[in-house]
Amino acid sequence: MKSLILIIITGALINNVVLNQFLGICSFLGVSKQMKASASLGGAVIFVITIASAVASLLYDYVLAPLGMDFMKTIVFILVIAALVQIVEMFLKKTSPGVYKALGIYLPLITTNCAVLGVALTNVQDGYNFIESVFSGFGTAVGFTLAIVLLASIRSRIREEDIPAPLRGAPIVLISAALMSIAFMGFSGLSF
Amino acid sequence: MNKYVERLYNGVVKENPTLILMLGMCPTLAVSTRAMNGIGMGLSTMAVLILSNLVISLLRKVIPDEVRLPAYIVVVASLVTVTELLIEAYLPSLYEALGIYIPLIVVNCIILGRAEAYANKHTPLLSVMDGIGMGIGFTLALTLAGLIRELLGNGTAFGAQILPSGIDPIGIFVQPPGAFLVLALIIAVMNAIGIKSRQRDLVDVGCDGVCARCTAECKKSGEVNAK
Repeated sequence: MKSLILIIITGALINNVVLNQFLGICSFLGVSKQMKASASLGGAVIFVITIASAVASLLYDYVLAPLGMDFMKTIVFILVIAALVQIVEMFLKKTSPGVYKALGIYLPLITTNCAVLGVALTNVQDGYNFIESVFSGFGTAVGFTLAIVLLASIRSRIREEDIPAPLRGAPIVLISAALMSIAFMGFSGLSF
Repeated sequence: MNKYVERLYNGVVKENPTLILMLGMCPTLAVSTRAMNGIGMGLSTMAVLILSNLVISLLRKVIPDEVRLPAYIVVVASLVTVTELLIEAYLPSLYEALGIYIPLIVVNCIILGRAEAYANKHTPLLSVMDGIGMGIGFTLALTLAGLIRELLGNGTAFGAQILPSGIDPIGIFVQPPGAFLVLALIIAVMNAIGIKSRQRDLVDVGCDGVCARCTAECKKSGEVNAK
């Protein structure tokens, strides 16, 4: 149990997927314009990454590894993620329209979010079993949500400020991300 | 200008994928700790980009419009797997340095973005030139970021000692925060000397995260929203 909690904390804080691993930068910079959108995307990402990690782990352990088709993992994982996102979207539309309304438009965006594929591949690389993969996926996704929601709230403050002209737009957002990244480096001192 | 040369100019200068279009941010930030890593990543991506542009352009009349994205993903993923195996076999040190970012070329916005915005509408030769131009532009941007970070954070350039040993390098530049800082400074300098870009101003990076559908669909959705 302790090791599972450690996996979540490592994924969410110490090895933060955005600020330390640089995965999912596209949506991190693009969607963080609005707070509400960021929170919804975060919710959708938690949902998809957790399921995708579980499915990828099962596929790898029971299909790819026994058949010796380790090298096919990139192709298989990306197709599974793309299909999974479609299925999740259809499933939510049918069963819970409320959730679908909140997360629906963000689901297709997630297929190309490199964090999803990145987590699936890292889990295999680290030799995680099924349970560990699910927890690692969940922790990573929580880290993504934390980072994007924090950046969105910083950006809502930046909007009111008088920023030097060359730094307006992308540079000031990147500098904010840099400062967040410095803050998150502090978590690497956590020891258990 | 010859239309083939124009593709090269377009990729390197006018629509530089990293610095103007703000695509492929993940590898740019992640592997730019050393200038050599930047070149390695840039050239690997360029190889995949040229081949995927070629294949997708050749298949542009065969692939049905409805399933084009999954089809492109399969093409790109296969090419990336081949590239990954080749790097692992012949350049093991580069393979170690780039690690997980090699398979992640699959989800690099630049590749699907060019397939969608260019290769599926143009002849194979033009698409290859577009791939070469974009690839060089990406490689140059990565190498520039890598060079600045390596020089400030490690005191070296391409592995050769540049800063005198009396000066301590600023370690944070080779750590994750340095990636964001250096990219912010490069873009700020470009803004200051007057190289503008609509994408950068709006920070519509990859059109709100829709990497695969970057340019073409972005415009469409922009038009719809405007109405």
